[in-house]
Amino acid sequence: MSATYSAEVCTTVSALDLVTGFPFPFPQETYRYSTNVEPAPGAVTTPAGQWGEAVVDVDSEYAQELAERAAILDRDPSRHAWLPHMDVACWDAMLCLMRELSLTRPDSMALTVLESGVRPRYHWRNDLLGIDHTFVLGDPSTLPDEPLAWIAAQVQEDIVLLDQRDGVLYGDAGVVTFAADWSFGFDVGMSFLEIHGPVPRLHGEGIITRAHEFLKRLQPGETYRRTNWTLTIGRRLDVSTELYPEWGPDRDAVLLLDDEAFGRDVHLRVEVQHLIRLPESGAVMFLIRTYLLPLVDLVQVEHWRVRTADVLEELPQDLADYKGVAKYRHRTAAWLRARGPAEGS
Amino acid sequence: MSRLSLVVAGIDDTVPDVRRLVLAPADGGELPSYTPGSHLVLDVPSGPGRERALANAYSLVGESLHPSSYEIAVLRCDPRGGAAGGSAWVHALRTGDPVTATTPRSSFAPVQPATRHLLVAAGIGITPLVSHLRFHARWGREAELLYLHREGRGAFITEIDDLTDGSASCFHDRVSLLARLRERLLDQPIGTHLYTCGPTGFMDLVVAEAQAAGWPSSRVHLEHFGLDDLDPGEPFDVTVGEQCFEIASGVSLLEAMEKQGYAVPNLCRQGVCGECRLELGPATTGVWHRDLYLSDDDKAAGDCAMACVSRALPAADGRAHLEVLL
Repeated sequence: MSATYSAEVCTTVSALDLVTGFPFPFPQETYRYSTNVEPAPGAVTTPAGQWGEAVVDVDSEYAQELAERAAILDRDPSRHAWLPHMDVACWDAMLCLMRELSLTRPDSMALTVLESGVRPRYHWRNDLLGIDHTFVLGDPSTLPDEPLAWIAAQVQEDIVLLDQRDGVLYGDAGVVTFAADWSFGFDVGMSFLEIHGPVPRLHGEGIITRAHEFLKRLQPGETYRRTNWTLTIGRRLDVSTELYPEWGPDRDAVLLLDDEAFGRDVHLRVEVQHLIRLPESGAVMFLIRTYLLPLVDLVQVEHWRVRTADVLEELPQDLADYKGVAKYRHRTAAWLRARGPAEGS
Repeated sequence: MSRLSLVVAGIDDTVPDVRRLVLAPADGGELPSYTPGSHLVLDVPSGPGRERALANAYSLVGESLHPSSYEIAVLRCDPRGGAAGGSAWVHALRTGDPVTATTPRSSFAPVQPATRHLLVAAGIGITPLVSHLRFHARWGREAELLYLHREGRGAFITEIDDLTDGSASCFHDRVSLLARLRERLLDQPIGTHLYTCGPTGFMDLVVAEAQAAGWPSSRVHLEHFGLDDLDPGEPFDVTVGEQCFEIASGVSLLEAMEKQGYAVPNLCRQGVCGECRLELGPATTGVWHRDLYLSDDDKAAGDCAMACVSRALPAADGRAHLEVLL
């Protein structure tokens, strides 16, 4: 077989907090799309620990993932885009994310309003990155970078900002470096319904129009979340359409791996997506936080091992095709089945 | 929906019949920021002249970012003239009185890609547009205001002057406002959006002028108070198995069932996600669905409802009842 195997360049990372904080995405034995939104934040207990207490999560991969985002943006600036009318939304998003960061890490981050009024002035401190900065809302000369770019360099989440007009939401701004087989640069400016055009089943079952109606009614201060998932080969955050030639062939090549390498390289990829209505612009902020857990770590939790195998075996073919897991989901399920509780580490 | 506990922190009755009210958080601190053009829904308790409690929407007129208080302005409407009584209640409030309200709700926001904003207000309809003007001043957006009010009865005159650098045009009769509006509608750059708030008859005239001038309806925005808020509804009763209980006005079936100890699966609590769907039995008198989840066919069948938003419709004998099958 001539397929090259690129995942080898992506190291597998095992860290305790990546297991204890993993947002395991399968509440049921089978998986189908649904409008699975719930109010956020709120802690969810798992057999390994818990997740969901914060809207913006900061974990042991913070520095590493921010460095990776910077490198990707450097190579491909199209991952950051905004239409001119999104200027207010970009400032709005920055303020909201700073607030969320200071709630998540009050020990090392704080946003202080120094002056309110027509031109509010703020102080922002992010000790993890050595940032200590004062700025004026709406005055770009008081920031070291564009507001959205600056804050995207301080959160592990991908960010999409949706403008609402004429009863339709449009994805008009964002920084997305860790897309799971889609392209932000291609989607920017499209409506919410257009962006989701390729997803099977969503439209016929009315799921996407319901989600759209729901988002349109979201009020400032309201935050909701949902999860989504797929499988990814290697600890590869950037599986964007742009890089398909690099990671696409892995889906064939992974089948050639021995069991040990397979369990190390195949990851359950979970996105925790938050939806927040921003107050000043009225835009909806869509945050996508990607978590990757290799099968070797997943099987440490017996419930996760069995449930993931159940879901992968039963997943209808069209969904497996769309998620890009059709070629190796059965091998993944078999790999999980073979690690019975007796062999559990 | 979250509720805010507020107290009346300031009253300004300078403009005849218009009361400006400053509402501060009961426990101090900062209130949530809101989108310009938003409104607050105040809980108006029942009392003399008000048989049942009301939920009245009032536009927010103050600073929208990091506010330490919310400000509204309410026109006195005489209950003897058919008003429901919310305005009379506001005009009777005193400093220090407690008030509960929803968090601000947005349904009349400035359109972000607009190249220019043409604002047309009549009377107390100026309130959401004052909020728009604050936004335009902050972000340097081009805006123009035409404001109709009775002589000596104009609210927010000083603020409007400051926010527009004196460029706003005030009118004391409809004919002169409409004459100017006709001119201004024909002299805007492509991409201008028109916003109007005032009595329904006035807004109808503004819309008719815009249509006559060839404005597409997607560029014309009207503020109808409280359109997006669910009516608290009439009380009705419910049977679940052997148990029968009443659902009060303003309480959802979901909340009532939870209080009775039933675990009803739910997520969004606003009629979208479909989680709290309940099957209904034949003793049901009728369903006022109000959800976005069920199909028209489902709704027509009348054998299911969403616990978070649906209520009973009364039968011919006036009895409103839902039979829930668990």
